[in-house]
Amino acid sequence: MTRLLALVPLGIAVLAGCSGEPVHGGTLAAIRQRGEITWGGDVQGGEPYVYEDPAQPNHVIGFEVDVMAGVARRLGVRARMVQYAWSNLVPSLERGDFDVIANGLEATDERRQRILLSEPYFVYAETLTVRTDSDIRSVFDLRGKRIGTLNQTYAYDILRMLYGDVAKVYEGNEEPYTDLELGRTDAVLLDNIIADRYGCTAQHPTLKCLPDDVARGTYVIGVRKADPELVQAIDAALASMRRDGELEQILRRFKLWDARQSAPPPSEGHANLARGFDGGLVLQFVAAAWVTLKLSVLAFLLAVPIGTLLAVARVYGAPPIAGAARLYIELFRGTPVLLQLFVLYYGLAPVVSLGPVEAAVLGLGLNYGAYEAEVYRGALLAIPRGQSEAARALGLGPIQTLRHVLLPQALRIALPPMTNDFVSLLKDSSLVSVITVIELTKRMTIAAVDMRGWLIPGMLCAALYLVLSFPLSELARRLERRLAHDQRPLAL
Amino acid sequence: MISVRSLCKRHGAREVLTGVTATVERGETIAIVGPSGGGKSTLLRCLNYLEGFDAGEIEIAGATLVPGLASADPVLRRLRSRVGMVFQQFNLFPHLTALGNITLAPRIVKRASRAAAEAAARALLARVGLADRAGSYPHELSGGQQQRVAIARALAQEPEVMLFDEPTSALDPEMRDDVMEVIRDLAKAGMTMLVVTHEMQFAHDIASRVWVIDRGTIAEDGPPAQVVDEPRTDVAREFFGRIRRTSP
Ligand SMILES: Nc1ncnc2c1ncn2[C@@H]1O[C@H](COP(=O)(O)OP(=O)(O)O)[C@@H](O)[C@H]1O
Ligand SMILES: [Mg+2]
Repeated sequence: MTRLLALVPLGIAVLAGCSGEPVHGGTLAAIRQRGEITWGGDVQGGEPYVYEDPAQPNHVIGFEVDVMAGVARRLGVRARMVQYAWSNLVPSLERGDFDVIANGLEATDERRQRILLSEPYFVYAETLTVRTDSDIRSVFDLRGKRIGTLNQTYAYDILRMLYGDVAKVYEGNEEPYTDLELGRTDAVLLDNIIADRYGCTAQHPTLKCLPDDVARGTYVIGVRKADPELVQAIDAALASMRRDGELEQILRRFKLWDARQSAPPPSEGHANLARGFDGGLVLQFVAAAWVTLKLSVLAFLLAVPIGTLLAVARVYGAPPIAGAARLYIELFRGTPVLLQLFVLYYGLAPVVSLGPVEAAVLGLGLNYGAYEAEVYRGALLAIPRGQSEAARALGLGPIQTLRHVLLPQALRIALPPMTNDFVSLLKDSSLVSVITVIELTKRMTIAAVDMRGWLIPGMLCAALYLVLSFPLSELARRLERRLAHDQRPLAL
Repeated sequence: MISVRSLCKRHGAREVLTGVTATVERGETIAIVGPSGGGKSTLLRCLNYLEGFDAGEIEIAGATLVPGLASADPVLRRLRSRVGMVFQQFNLFPHLTALGNITLAPRIVKRASRAAAEAAARALLARVGLADRAGSYPHELSGGQQQRVAIARALAQEPEVMLFDEPTSALDPEMRDDVMEVIRDLAKAGMTMLVVTHEMQFAHDIASRVWVIDRGTIAEDGPPAQVVDEPRTDVAREFFGRIRRTSP
């Protein structure tokens, strides 16, 4: 019978989809008419939420896929997942890109002011993971400790509420636990789904999850403010799934069922944490700008000699040396710097455990070295042959010729593109936030979440980047003028 | 001072020098003439090993050159401290002043002190008539002045032999005289020199011998009175005939 029901609205869905007219009666009526409820989620969240079926890569599975299928069946329609970056789910819902959100959306007071939230379909617990030999027993033992978590999570808010800005913020689920195991942090606070799957696993024998829940929260389905009747219908569907045991079955299938699910739902603990603009914020931004500047300068100081050596090797080296230099350049230019940072920080960790700033400087330096090499190579090739011949005829050896004749001239040619590269490095340094360095851009995204707005953090961030790059361009301009005394442009 | 034996040099399949044999005594000035592409520059460049060669041997200012010397070979260091070269395009270092150009090699090759190198450089600048241009950068000098700085730069090594490859060809006619004057003075002072030139009068005046180089070999070799005024080979006759017709 359900099959028959599902078939009928299919034709209508196509028609409604083509007409593009807003259907009278709100989203619920539109869903019924088109026979399909669309929900936003992000497969990057991974197992068990919503993820690509390893056996069938274009097929998404996950407990939320099954929950939404159950909800849809009770509404008499089919469910279709739409891929969106998790952090954009709420604005995209508001814009009307899909009907509902069902992807680890935590019920908070804060969210409730913006969109409608259904009854919970899952109760999670914030769980503290520590090394087995740790003396940390609860969330109250964390003063002065280094704690890892993910950005934009309840766990992050809890840490901020208790201890201020102490968290080391990661982007992926695996990395916080890898770093905890390596001793780069002392504890990780994340919800139990992540902790159970990535933290306290056989893969990390030296880690344990503390048994006491730090806090509990719920996952709910998010709906636009204008659709109260849709929330009611979804709540009815969820209640029915809870009654007839389908929800329990789904959660058991994904090994998510626990005593918390049948306990009364927790109250929403979030106080409104929105942060205002104050001197402390400015100080944090200035500190982050200092990190950005320090990283960029050190990385560039590394890139310049690397680039020089590579360029000289490519232009003047014997074939094997020139080939090796070329290989280096192609390798570092041809792969994303993000990947290189990951390899340096996480990939090499078992061999050499670099600090995040060291890894960032090294990664950016090695990468930019490849770009500088090509700039210097071009500059060396632009010097007339007669220059090195004259030097050789004067009895200068190859190294002396390079040092006293070719490199000084190459520097003059390379200076404008080098300035360009440095400014570009200044901005590319924002990539190092993936290895937990909080620099200017990361500070901005964190502040934007804390302040619930982009305007002030964005302007502060842009202003500081300009403050960093402008004096630099100016310095380079003066240096250029001093070096290039014979290169004043002629009138056209 | 210089002895060249059976010098052969090829660029790919093309034979550029085909068995050049010649000797030059101390204090001689050789004017090298001949049609373009004949191998004049190549011979000069082989003499200070800016280019290697395929067969033969060169003895020059006490250094023995054979095919296949490495660029770091100590023979070459000795060679270049005794043989100076001046190029058609000057090849001054644009990032250094006239003084900087002249003192560079003495300071880093011969490790002369800054004061000594600069004193010597100023004396050389005075000798080429540019005492007041020590602080000028190459782009601030005329072509003739640049070439005279280049000569001073080569002389700073205190060479026993000077090689000039068409030193006045890139200059406007009115600037050539200053440069030729400097070379003439050197000849008078007894410097051993090889000068590739198209200035026949100049060659006639300063040369103890003239070489006509054509198709990779020395076609004629003798005092100017003989080679220029009564050439024996067709090449030389044809070459001087054309020069006379085109020169004023
Ligand atoms: N690098 C090179 N590659 C190939 N051929 C060359 C090269 N340099 C010179 N040649 C050739 O060698 C011959 C002699 O050149 P060159 O010594 O410059 O003649 P000249 O100075 O008498 O005009 C010319 O035919 C020229 O084309
Ligand atoms: Mg020539």
